[in-house]
Amino acid sequence: MNKPAKEKTNKVIRFQTGLQESRRVVSNGLIEKITTFRNTRALDSMATVLITVFGWTAIFVLIGIAGFLIHSSMRAFDEVGIWSMIAGTDWFPTSSDARYGFLPAQVGSIWVTIVALAACVPIGVLSAVYLSEFASSRFREIAKAIIEFMVTIPSVVFGLIGLSVLVPLIREYLPVDSGLIGLTAGLIVGVVCLPTIISISEDALRSVPRELRHGSFALGNTRWQTAYKVILPAASSGVFAAVMLGMGRAIGETMVVLMLAGNAGIIPGSPLEAARTMTGTIAQETGEVVRGSVHFAVLFALGLVLFVSTFIINLIADMVLERSRKKWRR
Amino acid sequence: MTSAKIIARVANMTKTGKKEVITFSDYSSKGARRVEVVVRAFTAFCCIAVMALVVFLLGYLFIQGIGSISWSFIFDSPRDRMTGGGIWPAIVGTLWLIALVSAFALPVGIATGIYLAEIAKQNKPVRMLRVAIANMAGVPSVVYGLFGFAAFSLAFGFGKSLLAMGLTLACVTLPVVITATEEALKQIPKEQRQAAMALGCTRARTLGKVVLPTALPGIITGAILGLSRAAGETAPILFTGVAFFAPVATNITQPSMALPYHLYIMATQPTTPAPHIVWGTALVLTGILSITNVIIALWRSAKRRKLQW
Amino acid sequence: MVKTPATAMTSSVEAVASKTASFDLQNVSVSYGSEKALEGVSFYIEPLKVTALIGPSGCGKSTLLRCFNRMNDAIDNVSVEGLIALNGQDIYAKAVDPVSLRMYVGQVFQRPNPFPLSIYDNVAFGPRTQGVRKRDELDEIVIDSLKKAALYDEVKNSLKKHAFELSGGQQQRLCIARALATKPGVLLMDEPCSALDPISTGMIEETVLHLKESMTIVMVTHNMQQAARISDTTAFLLRESIEEPATLVEVTDTTTMFTQPNDKRTENYITGRFG
Repeated sequence: MNKPAKEKTNKVIRFQTGLQESRRVVSNGLIEKITTFRNTRALDSMATVLITVFGWTAIFVLIGIAGFLIHSSMRAFDEVGIWSMIAGTDWFPTSSDARYGFLPAQVGSIWVTIVALAACVPIGVLSAVYLSEFASSRFREIAKAIIEFMVTIPSVVFGLIGLSVLVPLIREYLPVDSGLIGLTAGLIVGVVCLPTIISISEDALRSVPRELRHGSFALGNTRWQTAYKVILPAASSGVFAAVMLGMGRAIGETMVVLMLAGNAGIIPGSPLEAARTMTGTIAQETGEVVRGSVHFAVLFALGLVLFVSTFIINLIADMVLERSRKKWRR
Repeated sequence: MTSAKIIARVANMTKTGKKEVITFSDYSSKGARRVEVVVRAFTAFCCIAVMALVVFLLGYLFIQGIGSISWSFIFDSPRDRMTGGGIWPAIVGTLWLIALVSAFALPVGIATGIYLAEIAKQNKPVRMLRVAIANMAGVPSVVYGLFGFAAFSLAFGFGKSLLAMGLTLACVTLPVVITATEEALKQIPKEQRQAAMALGCTRARTLGKVVLPTALPGIITGAILGLSRAAGETAPILFTGVAFFAPVATNITQPSMALPYHLYIMATQPTTPAPHIVWGTALVLTGILSITNVIIALWRSAKRRKLQW
Repeated sequence: MVKTPATAMTSSVEAVASKTASFDLQNVSVSYGSEKALEGVSFYIEPLKVTALIGPSGCGKSTLLRCFNRMNDAIDNVSVEGLIALNGQDIYAKAVDPVSLRMYVGQVFQRPNPFPLSIYDNVAFGPRTQGVRKRDELDEIVIDSLKKAALYDEVKNSLKKHAFELSGGQQQRLCIARALATKPGVLLMDEPCSALDPISTGMIEETVLHLKESMTIVMVTHNMQQAARISDTTAFLLRESIEEPATLVEVTDTTTMFTQPNDKRTENYITGRFG
């Protein structure tokens, strides 16, 4: 080994020298590091600070959403009043005697959501039960890949297929004039929510410890008896959270309802009537409204109602989910 | 005979004092097994129905749309009052949006994911941050649209432009990227981090040389998922600068066409419908997103097979 | 060659730069939060010897080992009290950067944990961290380390192969090579053979016997035969009940320990009466 030649050049030498030698120089290397430790620390803490700052940017977006919605809707609260919006039954934003009642939109959203959940919760939960309790692991993998693939289909495309496939069917088989009603929109929104419900409830079912399953089998229960006596109750909070998240998606879904629900500005008595949802109202009118007008502010207030209601739903789902996760953590 | 009947028999025996022998063959779960078969078939039917629905959606889209796809459909501008020609400006608009969202959402999203997985302690503010991020994912897309309109178009003065649309969509994408990054980082075994530390790496170096490279496939997958979601969104761009017709965008201060909005507006025209444009657009949009996702999923699973701990 | 700015540092420079690495422990206690895991451990670890830490599981062997390169720093709410001196310098002193300490005090873990990189890149990882960039220098270090870890002959034609394609025993020897590449003065081994077959274990033990000619080795093992085979000094740790922290029962040279232990508890453990 050629130590003397390189000895003075740099710290690399310590790797080149013989054993006895290397220990000595490495020891020096340690000292060298000790004297320069501020540099490594500085870099380390700089990176940490930078990432931390970025990390908290996300919360500003959320605060920004709430802030801008509140700021832009102030005029509506001042001039229309919160109760005459939330409990108002008429939506005539452009007439000379303008009325800004949210009830038609709220009821429309509720109908669509009820139909959507009625359509997708049973199918979704039963599919999740099959995937977690009965299916082979190979089948489960393929099925989950296919079902989760649905997430990549944009909601406008769902709207388009609804227009072209479901609307004619509804018009033919139900006593309605046009197929553009709450029911149509609700059914397609239900399809959009399916992957959310299936994957979250399947996760909840599978996170129930194996010992519980085996305990039930050992008592002579079949898989289905185990599923509904042991697994479903144990995973109930997770399944509930899945339904809540699905509900949040259904209320927030915009393009499908805009294309399919019919958008009539009346309070719909049933899903068989044309409905206009909160999301649909905002999407349809915000683009054309005069900036700074009362109507403009009212649309932001409607957005705020939507934001708060989905926020509460998601918060509940999040809390329930967190609790159910803790339950099995040891 | 079910166990309930056996229990009744035993109770009867003790009451009457009569003795009979119960053997293994007296136990039978025939009824339960019959229920089991029915339930199994029914739940399987639900599951397969959902899968069939996905296949139907994609197949239907393909059959309806494939006829419209041609060189000129993709690379021409609309003609004849939007009843002919192609969708090139919309494709370019969507590509612009993807680029802008990548530029805004990926750095912030990945950094946030790293912060949550590697740096944040388990305390109240961080718990709040997590809740906020989980809730951001659930905010309706049209509310993002309102926010983007008020914030980026009006307050920041970007007007109706690609920039305003890109920033709005970046906010929509942020939670997806954050969650994916955090999950990917959490998958890295702690032995890997310890090994790097024991070799004298600082935390930053451990992160940069060991943890991030290993977690990269997961992070990229999450990022692509988020981007493809952004590319398919319509509601957030409705008020921030999407146009019914606009020439091919050349810079980010212009309004632009975009594929999902083009699809929406063409599908809901009450007069002079042009169904071939509608289905062609739907197929191009879904096709781009699906192919990207399939490729990324295959790449990921190939990587994962190589990285079995 | 080394610039030392403050005179305050000078004494410790000489101390650490002395010939070989030894550890001096005085009244060392480790607590997790408010719970004490280990209390009042004092002994001397001789340079160029293999010191084995033995004891039943849960007796704080690994916890103690992690103090030597301050890996406990990475775990929240662990606090270390008492003095641990490396060649006379307190390694928990404020001026000591744990990051550079770990370059000098290498560690091999319980389960093989190679990075998802090639064999070459795994071994070159430490030197690269220290700023070695030149190809030929790296080559030399990698080959030298692999030879010392007795892995070179098996992998010399496939240094670019992914580390995960190696067998478990080979992976563990790769991890040893990786630790050796930073030219440590001390090597800590935390039950390095617990996940390996007997043949791989034998190879690693042989490696350890070679390595002690050039470095101090501290090894945690649950396998008493292993301690008897390769260590020079053995320290026996014991946690007598769940309420009390673990303590150091006895530390002597290995031959004495396994023929005529001083303490009744050691004898019980060694003869298999508990643990």
